[in-house]
Amino acid sequence: MTVMPAEGVLSLIWLLIALPLAGAVILLFTGKQSNRWGPYLGVLTVVGSAILGILMLIAMLDLPVEDRTITQVAYQWVFVGQFTVDIAFQLDQLSLVFVLLITIVGSLIHIYSLGYMAHDPDKRKFFGYLNLFVAAMLLLVLANNYLLLYVGWEGVGLASYLLIGFWQSKKSAAAAAKKAFIINRVGDVGLSLAIMLMFVTFGSVTFSDVFGSATNASEGTLTALGLLLLLAAAGKSAQFPLQAWLLDAMEGPTPVSALIHAATMVTAGVYLIARSNVIYNNAEIAATAVIVVALITIFMGAIIGSAKDDIKKSLAGSTMSQIGYMMLAVGLGPIGYVFAIFHLLTHGVFKAGLFLGAGSVMHGMNDDVNMRRYGGLRTVMVVTFITFMAGYLAIIGIPPFSGFWSKDEIVHAAFERNVFIGAATVLAAGITGFYMTRMVAMTFFGKRRWEPGVHPHESPKIMTIPLIILAIGSTFLGMALLFWGNIESWLEPVVGYESQPTPLPTSAYIVITLVVVLIGAFIGWITYARREVPIVAPRGNWLTRAARKDLYGDAVNHALVVAPTNYAARSLVWFDARIVDGFVNGSAAVVGGLSGRLRRTQSGFIRSYALSMVGGAVLVIVALVLVRI
Amino acid sequence: MNPSNYIILASLLFTIGAVGVLVRRNAIIVFMSVELMLNAANLAFVAFARMNGNLDGQTVAFFVMVVAAAEVVVGLAIIVTVFRTRQTASIDEPNLLKY
Repeated sequence: MTVMPAEGVLSLIWLLIALPLAGAVILLFTGKQSNRWGPYLGVLTVVGSAILGILMLIAMLDLPVEDRTITQVAYQWVFVGQFTVDIAFQLDQLSLVFVLLITIVGSLIHIYSLGYMAHDPDKRKFFGYLNLFVAAMLLLVLANNYLLLYVGWEGVGLASYLLIGFWQSKKSAAAAAKKAFIINRVGDVGLSLAIMLMFVTFGSVTFSDVFGSATNASEGTLTALGLLLLLAAAGKSAQFPLQAWLLDAMEGPTPVSALIHAATMVTAGVYLIARSNVIYNNAEIAATAVIVVALITIFMGAIIGSAKDDIKKSLAGSTMSQIGYMMLAVGLGPIGYVFAIFHLLTHGVFKAGLFLGAGSVMHGMNDDVNMRRYGGLRTVMVVTFITFMAGYLAIIGIPPFSGFWSKDEIVHAAFERNVFIGAATVLAAGITGFYMTRMVAMTFFGKRRWEPGVHPHESPKIMTIPLIILAIGSTFLGMALLFWGNIESWLEPVVGYESQPTPLPTSAYIVITLVVVLIGAFIGWITYARREVPIVAPRGNWLTRAARKDLYGDAVNHALVVAPTNYAARSLVWFDARIVDGFVNGSAAVVGGLSGRLRRTQSGFIRSYALSMVGGAVLVIVALVLVRI
Repeated sequence: MNPSNYIILASLLFTIGAVGVLVRRNAIIVFMSVELMLNAANLAFVAFARMNGNLDGQTVAFFVMVVAAAEVVVGLAIIVTVFRTRQTASIDEPNLLKY
């Protein structure tokens, strides 16, 4: 892979990031003056980046395959002896698909937000944060070294924190923002340790240097690197055991959930592992750990998604599960990388569509999120209903919708690796069919269980048009990428691709998966559409009750981290108050008490002073005489 | 005459002075006892000077006289002031400076 000097439109990589960053700076620093035009500027910068991204795609298609990695140095950042880090960008096939996903889905969500946030007094601030997020996310995927990637990584974390807590006067939102920030910090420790280990091992943190000399490093080092990067990815992508923040993150405005907590930021972990593929290819244990984490998360997410009555939390569970699929695919190695990215792209589009659809429903239902108080909305919100159905069919994987192609490839890749992993993915696909059918049935079908005074209505055009575009994407993107875009051969130069034989023909797996999905969907349908949905949630079995509590994720965190930390803090306070302060105050008390006794000698009788003087003089003389003798 | 006799005399005078300071209450008597101690010390200095065959002790004795003169001025002034305010010459009466 040769590194080409950038030419033409491809030399404008910096502008991709600079546009939304400038938007963020203008919106956040100009204050009230930009209240009127600020949101539109915010939309324009991201749309500008999207157009630039499309032009870059066209330019890159003209280049021969081996020249498609373009590096551009913007600024010499760190230079200490032999060690240099530049603010340099690397645009290749992998980062370009991310750029397109981020900017195009980002543009649609910005446009949607114009309608969704129309009546919010802090609209300008909201768009400023969204622009900041887009800039940081682009920096993350365009960096050519891990240190700059880390800057973007923290930037998206910051934007995520600011946007989850956007309605910070709500106590739950403020708490959710802090929770997301703190749990992400745990993962970030993994990334920073990985960067330090890379520096120690390879003496450089640029992608090309690290991957070029990765095979020279010992397997132990690579395994450690892989596990540390997995920790980072688990934090950012809400994978077990750092998954607890994503469900609470739904406290943020719905466009935020769509952009950050479904389509882009939470997939950064998948990007990190796919980008570091050389490390995982040479570290078997780390790759296996990725698969284990992914499998646990797939099922946790799916079970939580099946039990939640809050439409956004149910979708958040689904996001966890779908990112689990992507993590599984990257854990499978070269048979899975391209399909992980493929599923990431299709998921980014259809999940954004589903979230925006949920936002549209909430918009019509006075911001109620409880699906038990929805029902029968298909006739009053036709556009939302149809676009949601496109997303629904895509996520459960019905051909020819886009999710079918990507999920089917992951299932197939899993079977190539191991029949049990494959069976697990098929089972999880069945659960996906169940919970998505449940969601659609509770929201759009059945009897109208609306609260009195709620008058659902279709959302304005500025919200429905992005929904329609995303629905078209949910329908056709899979086919387009697979047959017209040749996603495998497009990504192969960056992440590698190989295929292994499977015991059964490919069509057999498609049929098995489809049958399981349809069984899941059928169970969901007869439970939630054919039967009455009680408005007050029934008690449910133990699994439902556990899933409503996020499978005790918070309880586990509390028992393992919060309670011991509190205990340690309290012990330290006790130590400080009793031992440290005790020593200080104790010595003061001893001196004070002694002084109290001693001052009794200050009797005011001059003759007693004179006596003590004489006594002292006699003592001195006696001592001198004794010493002399 | 043996110079050590002067030392013995000086010691006796000093002891009388010290006991006077410790046991008497009248400020004037105490003051006189202090003077007695100073002069005992002077006597000892002069005797030492004689014993050592140089003038160091005599020189110091002059200094002591100067200091004693100054001390008399200050000390008598204090005694007079105390007598004026408290109508007493006892040194046990003014005992306000205490714990």
